Amino acid sequence: MSSIPMIEQTAGKGAARAAQRGLGARRRGAPGGTMRRPGFLTYGFLGAVILGSVFPLWWSFLVGSHDSSVISKGVPLLPGGNFLANAATVLDSIPFWKALGNSFIVSTVTAASVVLFSTLAGFAFAKLRFRGSKVLLVFVVATMAVPTQLGVVPLFIVMAKLGWTGSLWAVIVPGVVTAFGVFWMTQYLRDALPDELIEAVRIDGASMIQAFWYVGLPAARPAAAMLALFTFVATWTNFFWPFIVLDPSNPTLPVALQLLQAAHFVDYSIVLAGAVLSTIPLLLLFAVAGRQLVSGIMQGAVKG
Amino acid sequence: MAVTDRVQPPPDTHQRPPRDRNVKRLALSQKVSKWDVKLSPYLYISPFFLLFAITGLFPLLYTAWVSLHTWNLIGGQGEFTGLENYEFVLAQPFFWNAVGNTFSIFLLSSIPQVVLAIAIAAVLDANLRARTFWRMGVLVPFVVAPVAVGLIFNNLFADQAGLFNELLTGIGLDPVRWHSESLASHAAIATMVNFRWTGYNALIFLAAMQAVPRDVYEAATIDGAGRLRQFFSVTVPMLRPTIIFVVITATIGGLQIFDEARVFDQAGLGGADRQWQTLTMYIWELGWGQRNFGRASAVAWLLFLIIVLIAMANFLITRRIASQGGRR
Repeated sequence: MSSIPMIEQTAGKGAARAAQRGLGARRRGAPGGTMRRPGFLTYGFLGAVILGSVFPLWWSFLVGSHDSSVISKGVPLLPGGNFLANAATVLDSIPFWKALGNSFIVSTVTAASVVLFSTLAGFAFAKLRFRGSKVLLVFVVATMAVPTQLGVVPLFIVMAKLGWTGSLWAVIVPGVVTAFGVFWMTQYLRDALPDELIEAVRIDGASMIQAFWYVGLPAARPAAAMLALFTFVATWTNFFWPFIVLDPSNPTLPVALQLLQAAHFVDYSIVLAGAVLSTIPLLLLFAVAGRQLVSGIMQGAVKG
Repeated sequence: MAVTDRVQPPPDTHQRPPRDRNVKRLALSQKVSKWDVKLSPYLYISPFFLLFAITGLFPLLYTAWVSLHTWNLIGGQGEFTGLENYEFVLAQPFFWNAVGNTFSIFLLSSIPQVVLAIAIAAVLDANLRARTFWRMGVLVPFVVAPVAVGLIFNNLFADQAGLFNELLTGIGLDPVRWHSESLASHAAIATMVNFRWTGYNALIFLAAMQAVPRDVYEAATIDGAGRLRQFFSVTVPMLRPTIIFVVITATIGGLQIFDEARVFDQAGLGGADRQWQTLTMYIWELGWGQRNFGRASAVAWLLFLIIVLIAMANFLITRRIASQGGRR
């Protein structure tokens, strides 16, 4: 799930302005009128929601920090001291470090290339005049609704013919540019990059690619950071295609987790210790960039 | 952003040549520049179109081709068999079982999700302290991989001594057999999907709510509408396009559900009687379990048609609702 093709036409310009203000937006008169502070009920409900969001992660840490013999009698409410021992078992039963490295390589390379190619295409769609640009952009938006996952059989045949099955290339290449990315960048650059700026550098003798490099890319930076973030998270959590095309000896993290489950199905303390270990990198990313993720979703919702 | 000062015009390297050469050179550079303007846009958008053609469009079309042949993982392409794969698949009880499971999980995971997401958005839309904290809080599940979510909830939903069953027996109810009863397993898998996506969609609804013009609420207040009345008569109708959008994306994603259901047990075939085998899992079983690419492709193509039909229906409904919603 990603893109947001139809809200803008219906929600219109005011919506876009509201979204521009993003996280720090002042209240725009909620039901109940002006600035009344919400009461106990509101915070109670929100507290319950947050609890529901965080509890499963806490639970997996609880289970993962006890010995499985303790777990079978019921889970204590406090973490035990067994997490490191369980983690060691995880590292013994799956190629965890390799999977972590693979996930990191795949997600980083995919995010970088999606940003570069999407910004290039977005720059062309938003700022350059060429024949067929409108039709092609509509086509891009239309492809966002195509469930490409269903072409998985021929994609596998192609990868097998290329001899790529089992290698990270098979996971990276299909994702190096996305329709969502192209659309996102087009929308952003349309407003963020004044035509005069491009004209100015063109008059100064810059070629098209120089105009892109020195004017387009810097203007696209905020949106590019968000796109990179989203692509990274989406790629990191992706399972179906890597599961099909990678070998157990060379997995990404989600694929390795499935292997762990296959090896220790009833031993929940091991399996959940693995689930915790695999989630830590993205939780760290969330701690650093969660705010950007929130404003990215909210801007995309209205802009798209 | 001061970008203009970083632009370096291309260095002018040539020594003063005789005049006629200079003219020629100028003509040449103008020609180059003209082609630069003409071709650059196509060059910049080509990566997307090339890649989509190779890894998106071609495989989808080729799926149809493969589905008309006997085709297995080892031997590759066999003979042309027409619609035989479709006939075989449509006669399989497991296919119809997978269709039913997919729709059941999809409905259980989209309807409550949309309702809850709107409720959460409405609360987040209040004049809160520590606004960013609450918004980030609801988004935490989004960074947990579906497979990890599946493993965690698999434990919470364990038939023996799982937390949810413990709570049920604690309040005097019977434990639910999450891993054997069909509907219970669907509810469990749908819960995982909801866990991951509700907060994300709540933020989308929140953005749409903040875009509702303030004077509409003022008018409603003057007309004497209370807070609840305002929510149902102003906020929800204004959210319609967003609701439809979220439903469509949930449809495209939800009908292809695989990850959470795959790890709901060890074998990954959807339970002893395929109680929770979805269509994507069935594709996987046919293609990589039974190594029959022809049949797997037939199912993939059928699922593709189902998704297109439902997305089209959604789109037509959207247009009608949007055009009605415009007249207030």
